[in-house]
Amino acid sequence: MNATTIGWAGLVGSFALVAIAIALSFWQRLHLTRSIVWASARAAVQLLLVGIALRLVLDSKASVWWAWLWVIVMIGFAGFTIRGRAKEVPGIFVLGTLSMATVVVVSLSVIFGFHVFPVEGRTIVPLAGMMIGNSMTACVLVGRRIVGELSDKRDEVEARLALGLSWQDASRPYVRSALRTALVPQIESTKAVGLVFLPGAMTGLVLAGVDAVDAVTVQLAIMYLVLGSVATSVTVIGLGLTRRVFTPDHRLRLIVRASH
Amino acid sequence: MLAIMGLDPRANHEPALLDFDTVSFVGLDGATILEGVTLGILEGQVSVVAGPSGAGKSTLLRLGNRLEVPTAGAVRFRGEDLGLSDPRVLRRNVGMVFQKPIPFAGTVRSNLKVADPVANESELGNVLQRVGLDSSFLDRVADVLSGGEAQRMCIARTLLTKPAVILMDEPTSALDPKNRLGIEALARELANEGIGVVWVTHDLDQAHRIADRIHVLVDGRNATASETSLYLAQDTPEVGT
Ligand SMILES: Nc1ncnc2c1ncn2[C@@H]1O[C@H](COP(=O)(O)OP(=O)(O)OP(=O)(O)O)[C@@H](O)[C@H]1O
Ligand SMILES: [Mg+2]
Repeated sequence: MNATTIGWAGLVGSFALVAIAIALSFWQRLHLTRSIVWASARAAVQLLLVGIALRLVLDSKASVWWAWLWVIVMIGFAGFTIRGRAKEVPGIFVLGTLSMATVVVVSLSVIFGFHVFPVEGRTIVPLAGMMIGNSMTACVLVGRRIVGELSDKRDEVEARLALGLSWQDASRPYVRSALRTALVPQIESTKAVGLVFLPGAMTGLVLAGVDAVDAVTVQLAIMYLVLGSVATSVTVIGLGLTRRVFTPDHRLRLIVRASH
Repeated sequence: MLAIMGLDPRANHEPALLDFDTVSFVGLDGATILEGVTLGILEGQVSVVAGPSGAGKSTLLRLGNRLEVPTAGAVRFRGEDLGLSDPRVLRRNVGMVFQKPIPFAGTVRSNLKVADPVANESELGNVLQRVGLDSSFLDRVADVLSGGEAQRMCIARTLLTKPAVILMDEPTSALDPKNRLGIEALARELANEGIGVVWVTHDLDQAHRIADRIHVLVDGRNATASETSLYLAQDTPEVGT
């Protein structure tokens, strides 16, 4: 494989583009110079640190346990991110973290169980990252949506409870619609792939010099994996969250919605 | 004979079907909403719960259907504490009709099937007849019914659970006078069939039209005798809402 790297000189060269952004900011008096410099510098430092750490983790001589540790840290960060983006959802940190962990366990078991990829730091970390990243967004969406639906439709849910339905039955239509809302975009983008946009993994592989058809098979495997992961995480959040919104004796709790 | 509770405490001595026994309820924010409310609902009667806005009437009904749980005191159905029974069974014995009609998405048939998934066409037709609709309504879309039709459908839905008590929280406040009288007549028929009907209102004319007994609440407690007569003697009763 004839791998492409851009090297330090290339990186500095690409910084010319940031200079253009800064020049534009001056010219249009956007007062964004400081933000642009700060954002670029911060991205550089963060990614370089991650890169150095990853080099240690992905080193073929390093123990595969470092990769698993990395995955655990990613799951924790994902939990925090989900909580930050869905503050009004009760207990979202625990649920979010739990669903990320479920997704990683389920999908990696499938991937490694069927020998789709070899079990190495170099496969574990990016695969887990890809699944967590996509599932995280879907979890935020479904969490907010469930709380929104159940508080908007509070009257209907209570009217169902009042007819003697269990909380599971009383909430089913609303939870189902929230789950669909979170899953449909994923399904749509799976359909449109290749026609409208080239997905990230494939773009990266092609840039790094991998044969296009080889890149496609890797990308397909990843896309199926992402679809499965999103479905799994959304279901875990959906079931866990709905349980929290009701009391065990089938009453709907008052859900306090944070102002946005 | 109209018994006005608080005026005649002795009228409360028959065994009640649904019994609120010194019930208190404190809201999430720590405010006391009900304090030591005692009243009994008898079978085959229309019991009106009246009182000014914010007196706690709706909260009392929610306790009866176990959508809320009392902070102190007990609610009993046929002598059994609600806290000890399965809420799903209790709610079918003590049904609830809300102030605004709450149609679910779909047809009238699918609305009724939420209450009784195994009801057959003739049972569905019969229950609609009982509330003054007929089986031609079964295929109508529920959200486009008129207010009166929708409220009748909601009552039919509750009746499918075969309740012994039916709690109605200002069931006619969203309706015009003609439909209001229609639902009142329906409540009377249900009482004649033996159901204990609880009817919340602050329309005093309506209270006098339909009540076998009137319970007055003020500030979350049973009104005293003098408060009750004062409240019922208002010559400008709030009508409607
Ligand atoms: N869950 C709750 N938490 C806190 N306060 C509540 C809650 N539910 C109702 N309240 C308050 O309790 C009081 C009684 O409310 P309730 O709805 O039972 O009165 P009501 O007699 O039905 O009034 P209305 O005639 O206007 O319908 C009101 O002050 C209301 O704001
Ligand atoms: Mg009320």
